[in-house]
Amino acid sequence: MNITQDIRDILESNEAFAGRADQLSEDDSLFDRGLDSFGSVQLMLALEERFDVEFPDALLNRKSFSTIRSIRDAVSTLINREAA
Amino acid sequence: MSTLAARAERAAAVAARHADAVDREGRFPAEAVAALKAERLLGLQIPGQFGGEGAGLTQIAELCSTLGQACSAAAMVFAMHHIKVSSLVTHGLDSAWHCRLMERIAREQLLVASSTTEAGIGGDLRNSLCAVEATGEVFALGKDASVISYGAQADLILATARRNPDAATSDQVLVALFADQIALTRTGGWDTLGMRGTCSEGFRLEAREIPVEQILPKPFAEIAAQSMLASSHLLWSSVWYGIATYALDRARASVQAEARRRPGQVPPTALRLAEVANAHQAMRGTIVTALRRFEDAHGDVDTIGSVGFCVMLNNLKVTVSDMAVDIVRCALAIVGLAGYRNDTPFSLGRPLRDVLSAPLMIGNDRILANTAKLLLVQKGSGQLMSA
Repeated sequence: MNITQDIRDILESNEAFAGRADQLSEDDSLFDRGLDSFGSVQLMLALEERFDVEFPDALLNRKSFSTIRSIRDAVSTLINREAA
Repeated sequence: MSTLAARAERAAAVAARHADAVDREGRFPAEAVAALKAERLLGLQIPGQFGGEGAGLTQIAELCSTLGQACSAAAMVFAMHHIKVSSLVTHGLDSAWHCRLMERIAREQLLVASSTTEAGIGGDLRNSLCAVEATGEVFALGKDASVISYGAQADLILATARRNPDAATSDQVLVALFADQIALTRTGGWDTLGMRGTCSEGFRLEAREIPVEQILPKPFAEIAAQSMLASSHLLWSSVWYGIATYALDRARASVQAEARRRPGQVPPTALRLAEVANAHQAMRGTIVTALRRFEDAHGDVDTIGSVGFCVMLNNLKVTVSDMAVDIVRCALAIVGLAGYRNDTPFSLGRPLRDVLSAPLMIGNDRILANTAKLLLVQKGSGQLMSA
């Protein structure tokens, strides 16, 4: 599973990044690039669906969803936790 | 007497004396704000090393409640000032210019106002049309600010704007503008049912040749999520609690006077008073719990900016604003015509008109709609004592 590519696919389907998800670097701030609170909720929902995980409240914060890298870290943590 | 409570009570006494005139004339509570400055209550939150007292939001909330019992408008001005100061204290420590600004606020007791609302955007504080236009080391900013509460009386305005003319509407910064650095042209008045003394008028704001160091380095998105949401809802709620407390006290005094006139009988209104006292206690519990959760987070931005925390704050605002209106209305029913009249010790017209603003300032439906989105992802902890 290529988590980064899946995250990019999900961002591509998010209204804030349609047509330009490939131009985002791993550390670009998604919020500075136009992600708003509703967009971030949609992003969380899409990630939960795609990776079959549930983000606990402790991870439902701005930092977890601020960059592609932080999203990958959060998703990897959850996938590993479920596999353990 | 120089405890914090004593200083607040002295300022509240001044506010109470002028509250009716402020309301009747729809004017700024100048005497109350002068008293707040004289008691040095405007710099309370500023850290000790900058000349303040390093007070936490819980202490400020207590003062908001004290003032709310005296003059709603003065209390709301005090709350709005400290909401802005809280953003500076939370996000300005990395900036030498803003540290010096905090020193000035504490030393000179500067009154700080907020400019987020903008024509074409409305009350959505997370979007701006106006933009910082930087040239070298200075910038210009022009903003159609459809509301700046006490804009004409403030010593300093913290205004939101897009980071630059090419930035997205949500890519905002917060800039600090001294009153003598800007030109304000009044574009709208403030003739309202209540909260008449906040003077939340509309202005065209023009600023030129402002040093770029006056722009807070933190993105406004982080300031909004990590300090403003919490401080706004906690301090507004404390003001409304103060208004409701004043009304409950009038109702209690009225019932007790009736009981003294008819020894041996419980006045029929005592049952209604019991209901209001019950609601008032629930309201207090809601606010105190929220303040404790905020203090327990110890400024951890990930906790305060989390979905669960945001839902809690949204619920606080909706619950407390609705309860405050109900409590004042029920208190009026208990007091009766003496409360309806404007010239008795039991008059409740002014607090009732003031508190009716509570469900409207950031409309409760808008807040519930925001909560509805967040509930699509929030998970419950299932525990009584945490979250």
